[in-house]
Parts: sequence; C-alpha cells; structure tokens
Amino acid sequence: MRDVAILSYAQTPYVRTERRRNEVEMLMPVIDEVVAGSGIPRREIGFTCSGSTDYLAGQSFSFVMAVDAVGAWPPITESHVEMDGAWALYEAWIKIQCGEVDSALIFSFGRSSMGETAETMTLQTDPYTMAPLGPDAISMAALQARVGLDRGLWSERDMAEVAARSRRHAKTNPDAQLKGDFDVDQLLAQPYLVDPLRKHDCPPVTDGAAAIVIAADGLARRSVAKPVWIRSIEHRLDSHQLGGRDLAVSPSTELAGKRAGVAQGRIDFAELHAPFTHQEIILRRALGLADDLVVNRSGGALAANPIMSAGLARIGEASRQIVAGQGSRAVAHATSGPCLQQNLVCVLEG
Amino acid sequence: MSAAREPVKVLVTPVKVDYTYTPGIASEKFLLGLKQGKLLGAACDECGRVYVPPRGACPRCARPTSTFKELAHTGTVITFSIVRVPSDNIDVPLPYCVANILLDGADISLTGLIQECPLPDVRIGMRVEAVWRPQAEWGYGMANIKHFHPIDEPDVPFEKIKEIS
Repeated sequence: MRDVAILSYAQTPYVRTERRRNEVEMLMPVIDEVVAGSGIPRREIGFTCSGSTDYLAGQSFSFVMAVDAVGAWPPITESHVEMDGAWALYEAWIKIQCGEVDSALIFSFGRSSMGETAETMTLQTDPYTMAPLGPDAISMAALQARVGLDRGLWSERDMAEVAARSRRHAKTNPDAQLKGDFDVDQLLAQPYLVDPLRKHDCPPVTDGAAAIVIAADGLARRSVAKPVWIRSIEHRLDSHQLGGRDLAVSPSTELAGKRAGVAQGRIDFAELHAPFTHQEIILRRALGLADDLVVNRSGGALAANPIMSAGLARIGEASRQIVAGQGSRAVAHATSGPCLQQNLVCVLEG
Repeated sequence: MSAAREPVKVLVTPVKVDYTYTPGIASEKFLLGLKQGKLLGAACDECGRVYVPPRGACPRCARPTSTFKELAHTGTVITFSIVRVPSDNIDVPLPYCVANILLDGADISLTGLIQECPLPDVRIGMRVEAVWRPQAEWGYGMANIKHFHPIDEPDVPFEKIKEIS
C-alpha cells in the first residue's frame, strides 16, 4: 500500500441559501484555495474526482458543468460519483493505490436550497414499491429514532444533548451555519416536527461546497509541511430496504470501522457524519468510541448539512484539526442513503 | 391464463420535484440582457476569451469571466445539420436547419435555427444575423431570438474559423 495524505482542505462558508452564485461560481474560490494550499500546481494534479447529485440542481449532467471550475484544458483525467464527495475521495485514493497517479483533487457541492430537500431524498428509495409511498428523509430518520427509543437504547434527552453539544462546538467554527448555546430542557420543550424528532434533531438545509487535495508518499512530504496521512479507508453498505434492516444499529459502520482498524490505537477525536441526533449515538457505538471522546468539534452535520459535501467535510475538518494540533489520530466518517445505509470510515494521522 | 400469472407490463409511479432555479451571477446578467434585446458575453480574466452564454468560469483557465461585453447580433455558421425528424421540443416545419453560430466578438459558438434560406445553400462560413421576436414577446430566454437568417456579406474562409469549429 502507498502512503497517501491529505495536503489541503477548503470549503465555502455554509449558508441556508446561496442566492447569487451558481455551482461553478461557488466552487472556483474553493478550488483555488485548496490547490494553493496543496503546494502542487493545478495542471500537475493527476486526477480530479467529484461527488454531487443532479437531483439537487434539478439539472442533468450538472457535474459536467462544475468541471469548468477546475479548468479542464488541456483535457484532464476526471471522474464523478453520484455520492457524497467522501466516496469521490475513495475513488481517488484507489487510483493512487493502483499507481496510476500520484495526486488528486476531490470536490463536492450542492445547493439544497433550490429544491425541497427532504422530499427529493425520497427519490433515492426503490422507485416501484417505496418512493410512491412518499417517505421523506425526515420521516425515514424518525422511523429509525423510534426503534432505538422504544428499545431503550437512547432517550429524547440523549438526542437533545447531541444537538446542544453540536451547536456549542460550532461556535468555534466560523463556517458553521447553526451555532450557539442551547438549553437541553428548552429544546425538549419544543414540539415534535416528525414524531419522535424535534427540529433540533434534524439537520439544517445548507448550500455549500468542499474540496480536498491528496497525494502519495514523497510528493505529499515535499508539498506541505504537515501532511495528514489516510492510514485506512473502508466503506460498507446495508440493505436499501429499510424493512430489511435493524435500524437501531449500523453493521456497515461497525464492519468498516473494524476493517479500518479504528480500535488499533488511541483515538483523539472523531468527525462523524450524523445528520440526525440519534444517528451520532448509533455511530459512536458502532465504532466503539469512548463516551467522553470529542466528536464533531466542527459542529458536524447538525450545524451545517451541505448535502453531497457533508461527508467529505468531516474528513476535511478532521485533517484541519490535526494540522491545528488538536490531536494526532482521528476517525472521520461519511454516510449516504437513508438511515445510515452506506458508511465510510477512515483513520487519519498527523 | 389466470390473473395471478399475468405479467406486470405497466406500473405508473409519478415523480414530481419542484425547484426554484437561481442561475448565478454571470447567467443572470446574460438572461437580463436577453430581456432587453442584448446578447452579453463575458471575457475570461486570464485569457480574454469571450463566452456566450457565460456561466461564470473560463473552462480553460478556471478563472472568473468578470468583464461583460455586448456582442453583435451577427455571426458565422461554424457547423450545421438538417433535421428531418420531429421533436416535441420544437415547433418548426420539417426539414429545418440547426447551426452553431459564432457571434462576432465571441470565442465560443451558440446554437440557433437558420431560416429564410434554402437548405441546400446553408454552409460553413456563411454570415448570419439574429432575427428577434417582437419586443412585446421578449422574456428571459433564448426564445427571444426566433432564428438567424443569412446576410449579404462574403463567407468567412474556413481557415479563419477552423480552430473554433
């Protein structure tokens, strides 16, 4: 295996609605910043891979247009996944492992504000037997939260505490969208949005983009002062049929975490992609993280949920915190699909 | 054959997704220009190439295209095709000509219909001009331009446009 490191991370500030700029206009400064930070000239980066979905823009092949922000002349080697950018990073990592390239630019983007995000997410379910029933993203998460509540695996207070802590952490993240001090009792006094979820249990609607540059071995060491090494990266998935899963646990996260060797060393902090409060509890348990471990210092997806970037952002945030000296070994996680269906886990070291 | 064994041939599962589209800084200027009967291109901050319609970035340089320029309504046919199959999207009698047209002052071509011209006469290098619909019908779209028609100017030699075509 080749040693592969994150050289740089950049993102837009997270906002509820990006009114002025289109995707390309949002991405250009992010790509500029991440390439400048990588120390590798743009035209020398070996591979470009992006993660996005046309369903957010309501426009087919919107990802092709986004390549304008990268500069595809002379023609570049480029790929795209209709998944969170974390999976684009996985593809790029594989490409480097295969020895085809030594460096890669990964980016992801989305303007959720243009559509009804929760309802758009219905379309990722089985189009014949499930989508016509119209379960939206929040309703599906509510089914999952109910399973754990009724089984006594977590309480509504546990969930509210995740929300309060995420927003408190977000106060130190200038790019976060929802931040501040919230009293758990006051949160619990709020009405249900989709029983048993209250508004604070759900992520905000966020527009945003993120980008990462990775490189192998010597190139990584020569290019930046503090490369953040991707020691392992694994992803697994559970059934797309919600009825075919035990929603209170996440076997795919557990397996990915084991394969990634999460437990084979001290973990200083974690960035977990949990768009709903109860999902952070599921993920902590699946990864075997200590109760007092710092999770989502960035505020996580509950403070800003740029769909298609929120997973890549967890990896980027974790690398940024390692560079800032806030720990030397971290777990970063990304999820995709309803109710934590697919999960990617990586271990980063400074 | 019993009902239980009938093959399922059709299953209707309607999908409806609503969007509130916002075009971005560059495209918005272009669309506002169309409403005023203008064709606005935007020049790359680095290489100066002029894009129409502009989308905000130069795909060669990955730099913003900050300088807007009003383009002529005349241009040159870069390539064309005679369409002989019907389409729900277009209400023009068959056969008709679709062409890529390089507007004077632009560095990329845009697509339009060629009319008021016998189809066998359409050729690469032919000079054409935009024919706009009546101003009362102008909206924020390319439909403001009804079609392009030939103008009485010498053809542009292929040598001069081969890089762009």
